[in-house]
Amino acid sequence: MAVQINLKELSKKELMLSPGHRLCAGCTAPIIAKMVLLAAADYPVVANSPTGCLEVSTCISDYTAWKVPWIHTAFENAGATLSGVETMYRAWKRKGKIDKEVKFIAIGGDGGTYDIGLQSLSGAMERGHDLLYVCYDNGAYMNTGIQRSSATPLGADTTTSPAGTAVPGKVQRRKDLTRIMAAHNIPYAAQAAPSHWQDFLKKVKKALEIKGPKFINVISPCNRGWRSRLDDAIQLSRLAVQTCYWPLYEVAEGATKVTYKPREKKPIEEFLKVQGRFKHLFTPENEWIIKKFQQDIDQEWERLLQEESQSS
Amino acid sequence: MKPEGWRDLTPGAVILDAGNAREVKTGTWRTVDKPVFKEEHCSNCMLCWLFCPDMAVIVKDGKMVGFDYEYCKGCGICAFECPGKKGQKAIFMEEEKK
Repeated sequence: MAVQINLKELSKKELMLSPGHRLCAGCTAPIIAKMVLLAAADYPVVANSPTGCLEVSTCISDYTAWKVPWIHTAFENAGATLSGVETMYRAWKRKGKIDKEVKFIAIGGDGGTYDIGLQSLSGAMERGHDLLYVCYDNGAYMNTGIQRSSATPLGADTTTSPAGTAVPGKVQRRKDLTRIMAAHNIPYAAQAAPSHWQDFLKKVKKALEIKGPKFINVISPCNRGWRSRLDDAIQLSRLAVQTCYWPLYEVAEGATKVTYKPREKKPIEEFLKVQGRFKHLFTPENEWIIKKFQQDIDQEWERLLQEESQSS
Repeated sequence: MKPEGWRDLTPGAVILDAGNAREVKTGTWRTVDKPVFKEEHCSNCMLCWLFCPDMAVIVKDGKMVGFDYEYCKGCGICAFECPGKKGQKAIFMEEEKK
């Protein structure tokens, strides 16, 4: 991959997300948005967000935290809106009205990407628009009060899958969106984490150099929804990677590459025990969920390694 | 600038002043602790600058200078992630006297 990114040099660049946004203290979404915009700093960018924490909090009427042209869209149509903008740009380019090399980036949460916006995202990917879709996955509808989404992991306590005597938190496992996106046979689909920022920034840079539809899924710890400490968002993202709950990999032109292999795979308990939404799992009657959780992760990690060895 | 009524709105309610959210001083959200910077332990790794969710770390010419308390919400990610120098963190959280 490309050369190492020097943070000192990067810090001389202007941040394209302003302070004063109304996201919670310790939120990871603005960190992800900021990193994406930093990686795209060499290009003029048009951004777009579907409804979600990031969208409602960065653009509360009459105030915007975005310093790049940014469009607010409804929950379900970020993919469609950005496709439209990109198509207009191509028409303008053909007519000679614009000659800049503009990059189109959508940043949406898991609700607007995994669930409600899936059809428009899938459409945009299938039609082959030249855009990058970044999903910050905090694993529930945090914006409206922690309702379960299809990105919510097994056993998590949310307001619509409350852990109690009836159910032990969410009973289904999460949807693997990165694989669904890779199955669109797009030129680039990847999974990243803000804690491994070097890897993340490189992936965004690489994606922006590729023509066609790109997708990057980024884990976004949320202290309100995950019931974790105010200051450990980056640490949780690190644990997610080290336990292989959130493997870092990319699928470029059909070839899978695992970009980070932990020297020692940590047991999933390390990731679960620091989050209040999993606290009910640490009882004798719910022990099976942790076992199942670990099993799913091991299976998925093995599958990923196998896929990698087959594609090289 | 906040419009007085609907007549002041631009077509499509487009906001022309990019990044005008900076007029909202979110520093008032801080409840308990605020980050304090100790320059002698700083290696200028810039991780605090990169990880700050509120763009409240002030950096000049590749050097960490301090915090913008007008916007810092006091989450403490900077102090948590600070590697510091020789086992001494350059950022720590301190109870704020109001």
